[in-house]
Amino acid sequence: MLPIEIIYKIILILAVFTVTLVVAMYSTYAERKVAGFIQDRYGPNRAGPFGIFQPLADGLKMFTKQEFIPDSSDKQLFVLGPSLAMLTACMTGVVIPWGGDITIGDKIVKLQITDINIGILYLLGVVSVGVYGIMIGGWASNNKYSLLGALRASSQMISYEIALGLALISLIMMTGTLSLGEIVRQQDEGLANVVYQPLGFLIFLICAFAETNRAPFDLPESENELIGGYHTEYSSMKLGFYLFAEYINMFISSALIASLYFGGYNFPFQHSLGLEGNMLSMVQTFVFFMKVFFFIFFYMWVRWTLPRFRFDQLMNLGWKTLIPLAILNMFITGIVIGYKNGFFNF
Amino acid sequence: MQLTNRSKQVADTKMTWVERIYLPAIFKGMMITISHFFKKKVTYQYPEQKRDIAPVYRGQHVLKRDDHGAERCTACGLCAVACPAEAITMVAEERKKGDEKHYREEKYAGIYEINMLRCIFCGLCEEACPKEAIFLTDRIVPTTFHREDYIYGKDRLVEKMDERIDVSVRQTQNLANFKKNSEYAHNKLK
Repeated sequence: MLPIEIIYKIILILAVFTVTLVVAMYSTYAERKVAGFIQDRYGPNRAGPFGIFQPLADGLKMFTKQEFIPDSSDKQLFVLGPSLAMLTACMTGVVIPWGGDITIGDKIVKLQITDINIGILYLLGVVSVGVYGIMIGGWASNNKYSLLGALRASSQMISYEIALGLALISLIMMTGTLSLGEIVRQQDEGLANVVYQPLGFLIFLICAFAETNRAPFDLPESENELIGGYHTEYSSMKLGFYLFAEYINMFISSALIASLYFGGYNFPFQHSLGLEGNMLSMVQTFVFFMKVFFFIFFYMWVRWTLPRFRFDQLMNLGWKTLIPLAILNMFITGIVIGYKNGFFNF
Repeated sequence: MQLTNRSKQVADTKMTWVERIYLPAIFKGMMITISHFFKKKVTYQYPEQKRDIAPVYRGQHVLKRDDHGAERCTACGLCAVACPAEAITMVAEERKKGDEKHYREEKYAGIYEINMLRCIFCGLCEEACPKEAIFLTDRIVPTTFHREDYIYGKDRLVEKMDERIDVSVRQTQNLANFKKNSEYAHNKLK
């Protein structure tokens, strides 16, 4: 019994890992395509039909570039930075439910690597460790621009993590669980959480943008102000890892938004279509990925629409607007839950 | 004075609450960008698809031969004098006996070089030329990786007899009329 389960888990881990990398890889291509289309251009279209081999060409370019480590840098930390960023980015995918249960033989298995009961807590923890990757990279470069970029990045991520956590608390109060699998299953029975938590969703969305260092919150790597920010001194695949980690984070946070607020792999009228068992699970996985791809597109759409925030505006928005709003949202959620449970029936 | 009907009066009033939460403005902006997503692209797919150029376009030079295949240039140096960018250099040589087929006059350019990086494609060389030897054409100077490759010698400037270059499109009506005047027919073979 045990070996089969272990083999299944290993297959699932490899599959999720591969899918994560492939989606992140093609996000770079999609980013350039979306940028092109929004600016009335075609985007990359030379490498293969419609330029679909562009990510491979980019990867090849990254690998063949000169591997440069500055003399004055801290060598170990300099390598540790991008490794940590990449590691934490890849670790987040394990708690996300990618689809419904599937039946193999007489066993029912979940399309989720592990459904730990503190899934959201685990995610927040791993994302917090992700800050270290950027901070260490900026510090180890021994360069003022890198340090400033890293400083901005870490202060931004720490500030927005608070509002992110507070927005999640309202959701957790409502669902009564920290397990992602359970949150998604609850949305099968009722409506998607975004209906009950529109403000929480908005706060979560904005904070997710800030957490993944995406425009309009891409201050840590603002090209024209900080010459690239924390990765100024990085070259070759170490730079590639930083950029790639950003795209993985984008994928994971899109998956998170989809499963927390938009019903995960559930879709309307899924039980009245006459689909059963594995077939239904496959359709569910497909629907889930469609939702995720929409949010990845949304990330890009926003990036090519909005200009970058100024640093003080960013801090004002985070501390003076989003955190009070998140607390207000928590307060309202508490009152509604209390009312439903008869707390106010004197 | 009103130039377009798109100008808007700006006011430095305090923003309303709706304006201060920015979300309607962001939504509006995103609708604008998504509308561009589906618009027709303005890109020319360059090597396959070329832009139309004006009939009087001034591109890469050509040193013409006459109908019998003899080089028209007589190395008078007027083009080099006229050139504001000093891109043209030449060394004159005397025609030997038996070379009458190759060179039209007794004197010809042994070396004739144009530095395409210096050239500003103004067309003054063409205007200065009394022998109708140098013309600017509608060809684009191709890019290379080395500066030396931009110094065009006679091997690349003189037209080949089997692929002659039509420069008549460059001729304006004034020039055509000028050429019809027999007084200035200095180009006729003696």
